[in-house]
Amino acid sequence: MEEIIRIQRLSKRYSGSDRFALDGLSLSIGKGEIFGLLGPNGAGKTTLIATLCGMIKPTSGQLWFHNLSYQHHRRRIQRQIGVVPQEYALYPTLTATENLYYFGSLYGLPSAELKQRIADGLDRVGLTDFAKKPIKTFSGGMQRRVNLLAGILHRPNVLFLDEPTVGVDVHSKEVIMTLLNELNEQGTTIIYSSHHLNEAQHFCTRIAIIDAGKIVVEGQPENLIASIAGATTLENVFIHLTGSQLRDYA
Amino acid sequence: MRKLMVSAYKEVLLLLRDWGGLAILFFMPSVLIITITLIQESTFKAVGESALPIVLVDEDRGEIGRLVAENLKASPNVELITEADGQPIDDGQARALVGEGKYQIALVIPEGISDELNEKVNHNVEKILGEFALTESDSTDGGQENKVWETKEINIYFDPAAGQTFRNSVKNNIERMLSKVEVRKIYDVFIDEMGLTEDPGLLDEEIIAFREIIAQKGNDGIIPNAVQHNVPAWILFGIFFIVVPLGINLVKEKNLGTYIRLRTSPVSYAVILGGKIVTYTVICLIQFALMLLIAKYIFPLIGLIEFDPGGQLPLMLLIAFVAGLAAIGLGILIGTIAETQEQSAPFGAIFVIILAALGGVWVPTFIMPEVMQKVSAFSPMNWGISAFYDVILRNGGAADIAQPLGYLLLFFAITLLAAIGYDKRHQTT
Repeated sequence: MEEIIRIQRLSKRYSGSDRFALDGLSLSIGKGEIFGLLGPNGAGKTTLIATLCGMIKPTSGQLWFHNLSYQHHRRRIQRQIGVVPQEYALYPTLTATENLYYFGSLYGLPSAELKQRIADGLDRVGLTDFAKKPIKTFSGGMQRRVNLLAGILHRPNVLFLDEPTVGVDVHSKEVIMTLLNELNEQGTTIIYSSHHLNEAQHFCTRIAIIDAGKIVVEGQPENLIASIAGATTLENVFIHLTGSQLRDYA
Repeated sequence: MRKLMVSAYKEVLLLLRDWGGLAILFFMPSVLIITITLIQESTFKAVGESALPIVLVDEDRGEIGRLVAENLKASPNVELITEADGQPIDDGQARALVGEGKYQIALVIPEGISDELNEKVNHNVEKILGEFALTESDSTDGGQENKVWETKEINIYFDPAAGQTFRNSVKNNIERMLSKVEVRKIYDVFIDEMGLTEDPGLLDEEIIAFREIIAQKGNDGIIPNAVQHNVPAWILFGIFFIVVPLGINLVKEKNLGTYIRLRTSPVSYAVILGGKIVTYTVICLIQFALMLLIAKYIFPLIGLIEFDPGGQLPLMLLIAFVAGLAAIGLGILIGTIAETQEQSAPFGAIFVIILAALGGVWVPTFIMPEVMQKVSAFSPMNWGISAFYDVILRNGGAADIAQPLGYLLLFFAITLLAAIGYDKRHQTT
């Protein structure tokens, strides 16, 4: 499988902190994978995704996107990635169309093409009738769907998802997951972070469980479950590997 | 360029849907300029133009009391009050009336002041003339050669709420009036002692007169008035208040989650800020136009003097543009550093008020203490006001305002670079 992201001995320590958020982490993600990043709170998932999105610089280690180094080609890499944050990353007073037009324009999409993609996208997630309504009037599920569209309008090679279905109803979740599977079938690599272990088990083709800034285990969900005696779900694997104690950080 | 324009368009849409923000940007500065100018104008009138009620208690009932009353009555700016409820006001009542705030000033002429003054003036004049042997020594005055004169005090009661400037102004006017009365008395005694049958009229004409000339460049300048002092100052204050909504805008964006999307998209922070700079610069210019229109068309309707830019509109527009950039730079810096709206909004508002105070919006810098004058030189609002005054009041040209405009542009560049630098450091560490 063609490698799309390569991480070597990546470490990150935030200024003022005495602990490493990422501690010598190495990982390789192949093109077309749906890769799940799982781990308890404070494990380093958000830091890893933020680093892969070019938001923060690592303290040490190397990162490549295809053969592009993050250190020298951050903008070029950012053109090829899409991000769907856990927060509703939309302007509440702007309409769905206005939000999507603004974020799509930042990727340099021509106006006519962008408008067509917005119309198609809204139709695909069942929001055509709400295109000109302000986001603040939308339900949580509707906002999640627009949030997802804003991250994929430019058809990224790699899509980062942080809890894409949190707080949504079954119907919205179904639309979102179907759309994500379609995108993956069209060649988009998906890097997915969530605490929904059941969703991850069925959605991801490969998983890495991170704890204390290090990868504890990685592999296909069914293989990981089979590797632990008595485990029937990914949740069993997760508890077995990371323990039951609470992870509170301040 | 398209990304910049789309960012600017997004900012416009956000503003158009934020009525509170629009109120801060346009309505509040408009209310401010009208209110402050009206207040300053009425304060000015209280001391200078409109009739100021003054309570006069004449316990003297002699010549001084009469002259003071005549002078006060003759003054168009004074309304003389001598009675309350049809009864003459006495010292105690006058003090109480002023203390209660019913009147701002009361003047109490003490009993016997005319006799005392007459006696003193007669004695002094005779003594002077005696030196020149113009009068014969009066045996009855011999005993007063070394007389110690008891000083009679005229009490002036002031309302405790009256400011020091107001008190000084009134006190100076009353002292000047009393000096004239004294001079007139001395003059009359001289005439009498010298046996002149007719007044030569030496006091009828002032020997030294004053002519007020506004030292402007060229001869076609406009005569500055209170409005021409106030309008530029408050235009600048309004422009700088853009710091508050702009700071809130940036903090909101950071807290919304849209910031993550912006930071992971292939645009620099400078482009994101560029959209805000373009939009808010246009807003500054609209603010400027709005306040000029108010000063020109609304002021005359509410009894204020019309503001006349006197052909200096292009330069005023240039100053507003550059001052707007400086204000935007400050707003961006505050919004970048602040983490919550609770930090950015009060800090921005108070900081602008401090800059305005230092810049001479309320009190001219030349009457500030020396230390504050030095500090004032570092206030961007001071540079802006200096440029406006150079253009409007001193009839200056582009070359005259190059330095303050240069400072304002430098301030914009420094604050913007500091914001970009802070953001870069904060986001990557």
